Amino acid sequence: MDTPVRQIGNVRVVAPQGRVDQATAEALRLSLEPHLAACTANAAPLILDFSGVPYISSVGLRVLMLAGRQVTAQQGRLAIAALQPVVREVFQISRFDMVFKLYDSVDAAAAALAT
Amino acid sequence: MKIRFWGTRGSIPVALTSEQIRGKLIAALNAACGKSLDSPAAIENFVDGLPFAVRGTYGGHSSSLEVERGNEAVSNSHILFDFGSGARALGQAMLARHGTTPQTYHVFMSHLHWDHIMGFPFFAPAYIPGNRIVIHSGHARAAEAFTRQQEDPGFPVGFDHFGAQIEFDVIEPGRRIAIADFHVTAKKQRHGGDSYGWRLECDERVCVYSTDSEHRLEDLDERSAFGEFFAGADLVVFDAMYSLADAISVKADWGHSSNIVGVELCQLACARRLALFHHEPSSDDAQIDGVLQETRRFEALTRENEALEIFSACDGLVIDL
Ligand SMILES: [Zn+2]
Ligand SMILES: [Zn+2]
Repeated sequence: MDTPVRQIGNVRVVAPQGRVDQATAEALRLSLEPHLAACTANAAPLILDFSGVPYISSVGLRVLMLAGRQVTAQQGRLAIAALQPVVREVFQISRFDMVFKLYDSVDAAAAALAT
Repeated sequence: MKIRFWGTRGSIPVALTSEQIRGKLIAALNAACGKSLDSPAAIENFVDGLPFAVRGTYGGHSSSLEVERGNEAVSNSHILFDFGSGARALGQAMLARHGTTPQTYHVFMSHLHWDHIMGFPFFAPAYIPGNRIVIHSGHARAAEAFTRQQEDPGFPVGFDHFGAQIEFDVIEPGRRIAIADFHVTAKKQRHGGDSYGWRLECDERVCVYSTDSEHRLEDLDERSAFGEFFAGADLVVFDAMYSLADAISVKADWGHSSNIVGVELCQLACARRLALFHHEPSSDDAQIDGVLQETRRFEALTRENEALEIFSACDGLVIDL
């Protein structure tokens, strides 16, 4: 999966591109691996910019669940931002909006994590 | 084929509380403000138009279903799923319909956890000589579970007090077998001590009963096996006890699934209808209704082919396939 990376201040922003479903969830997991490993207590917070993700299925949500768990265990900080409306609804229906703090934009997430 | 739900609640039976009934009355009377309800017919009309969670309830009995083919009166043969607390009222209805005329009951058990067997000591047909009850199960220990729940000091009436002939039949999963007018196939499912789903076929209709079943999203073989098991079903009764987030985090390994996975598997299987089942005991009617609306929305968001019809099973519901 194509996941361009950029930096905003001291925050690392990773932007997965495309549907996250049975066919692509494992690719997303692999592409997130190095960023998750780096997201530790004193390291740069990580934002997943979801503006390029038109859909996520249960298996994709599971990848995020594991990512969140890993970062919490490492005392790092992770947020998800800029969800497309359909994806935000899927987060809400699956109650993943209670698992992650969701931000309307990458800038809002960066501002919140920078503090 | 007709499916009648007698118990739809998960884990333990529950009852409406006074506080919940008060809430329904207040909501109904608020909705009535300004309306002229000046005749019994107008009042009934108004009540029937209220949202289900206000005018009714999903009910609180644990798992019990009846499958009708329409020829029961002449064949004296019946198909049931599980013996949760809903089986008490089901037994009363059977007595009312058939009296003491000998009947045969084929019961397909998801598993032997308490909420799925607790209704059996109160299933009145079991006490009537001439009746025959065949308990089909994937578990070799079914007889032990049923007799043990009636042993001293747990229950005053032992298993030897039943007048009916009671048989236990252990069914091997994966084999399609003929029972009464039906064909049935069992599938082993992920649950503490295992559970079994049942695919029931008759008159070119298919009903799948798949409760107390956890799904591992990362297990592609499991996913496609369920896709096959549910394939083309006219109805899938599905354990949707938890939200997806709960099912794969705090409640992982608790042996239950979610509405989201139910929709995904039914879409994969091109099933026609999905019944959300095994409702969480702490959910009230409004919450179950809310989950139903959300599940329908999720289906609409993810629909690629034919629409999947979704409802939430409630005690007393009858589905015509
Ligand atoms: Zn159960
Ligand atoms: Zn169980």
